[in-house]
Amino acid sequence: MLAFLHQVLSGLATGGIYASVALALVMIYQATHQVNFAQGEMATFSTYMAWKMIDSGFPYWAAFLLTLVFAFVVGVTIERVIVRPFYKAPVLSVVAVFIGLLLIINSLSGAIFDYTIKPFPSPFPSDAWYGSPYLSSHEVGMIFVTLMVLALIFAFFRFTPLGLAMRAAAENPVSSRLVGVRVGWMLALGWGLAGMIGAVAGMMTAPIVYLDPYMMFSVLLYGFAGALLGGIDNPWGAVLGGFIVGVLQNLAGAYVVGTELMVTVALVIIVGILVIKPSGLFGRTIVTRV
Amino acid sequence: MSAILETRGLSAAYGPTAVLKSVDLSVPQGGIVTLLGANGAGKTTTLRALCNMMVRVSGEIRFDHQRIDGKATEDIVRLGIAHVPDGRGTFVSLSVEENLRLGAYTRRDRQVAQDFERIYGYFPRLKERRRQQAGTLSGGEQQMLAISRALMLRPKLLLLDEPSFGLAPLVVQEIFRILRGINEQEGVSMLLVEQNANIALELAGYAYLLETGRVVLDGPPSTISSDESVRRSYLGY
Repeated sequence: MLAFLHQVLSGLATGGIYASVALALVMIYQATHQVNFAQGEMATFSTYMAWKMIDSGFPYWAAFLLTLVFAFVVGVTIERVIVRPFYKAPVLSVVAVFIGLLLIINSLSGAIFDYTIKPFPSPFPSDAWYGSPYLSSHEVGMIFVTLMVLALIFAFFRFTPLGLAMRAAAENPVSSRLVGVRVGWMLALGWGLAGMIGAVAGMMTAPIVYLDPYMMFSVLLYGFAGALLGGIDNPWGAVLGGFIVGVLQNLAGAYVVGTELMVTVALVIIVGILVIKPSGLFGRTIVTRV
Repeated sequence: MSAILETRGLSAAYGPTAVLKSVDLSVPQGGIVTLLGANGAGKTTTLRALCNMMVRVSGEIRFDHQRIDGKATEDIVRLGIAHVPDGRGTFVSLSVEENLRLGAYTRRDRQVAQDFERIYGYFPRLKERRRQQAGTLSGGEQQMLAISRALMLRPKLLLLDEPSFGLAPLVVQEIFRILRGINEQEGVSMLLVEQNANIALELAGYAYLLETGRVVLDGPPSTISSDESVRRSYLGY
């Protein structure tokens, strides 16, 4: 029972990471119907920036905040410069662009910071959480940080004029222009925010899996599975999906398939959803009268 | 009276297809002008061209003595032109109140809160439904919402694309009564596109008749409605 509870709780901790990545994917998907395969690599690159800063003497949280700024700027720039020209391109070209982006950023990480695996510090104490057998302090901190990020993002969308404008731009670009929303910038902003969320996920993952250019490969896969599971057009669903995938993966790894086959769990989930319920568990239906 | 909006040689095209051919229009300050014509005559295209939206535009557009042709839609809105588009342009997944808040998106003054009350005064039904998802409103309510969203901009000029479309006659009457009130009390100029020529001519002070992208007739409503061919083609008597 104890072991089971431990698996569930630490599944929630990693699930928070998947939830963040899923949310980042959904934000971009909702606005442009594109899946950003490079989301994970962007996060890895940002985490390297954080590592570099910490390595050269910055305090952890200063490096953390600067990394968020960096990730935001990179996200906005990628949208403006690389993605933007392809909004009217056929789906396959867009997929090719994103896969290209994935490979480019991945190689950049390796070329700049080399491929040796690096330890990445956790801002939280390294012992068990108040002697709890269930969770480490880092896992608790990770859950806390992810929930904070998710809460901030939702508050931003729900309560600020800019958040409202971004939702409007995603739903109806033409009407948005007619009320004066600069739709192009809203898309860029979405990329910036997605970049920031990804960076947090990267910095929270790195202390566990260690920092290397391939760190986010499987995380992206799980995040994507989570987004699909919850419904890729529903941010709440995607977040919940991320948590579910985290727990499922942990339980399957511990009791069913073993750690070697854990990544397959993500793929099985993805294929299963696409076959059985393509809109996901909470795929949103908008009520419309015509 | 000076004109708030004036076009000279306004042409517009969707890709290679020219729809509007050298149209000269004028909307007086505080006036209501209607644009009549059959399906495909270029009425909706005219409104889109004025906002530089979805069409390729050439010719001159002056708003408030300032050239606006070539400006981006978002900037034209900021000058005070609100467009109630064809099909209402409702943000269906957002609440009624959020739709209205978006209408005031470009405003930085502090009267926005009062304007909610002003709008709810015109359309009490929207107040009852302000937390409801806008997509669940009836057609008439969505039209009221579209007009309200446009009014939240505090526009100098309101472009209305077939506000009567698909609505029950009583609802149409109500909406047009309110439009008249807004024009009289707040001095908002209006350019109204309509297929329902009868009701449009009742409201407007001047009318243009479009046929295949050109103005074929213009004048005060009395002149237009006494024209034999207009009566037969558009007024139905």
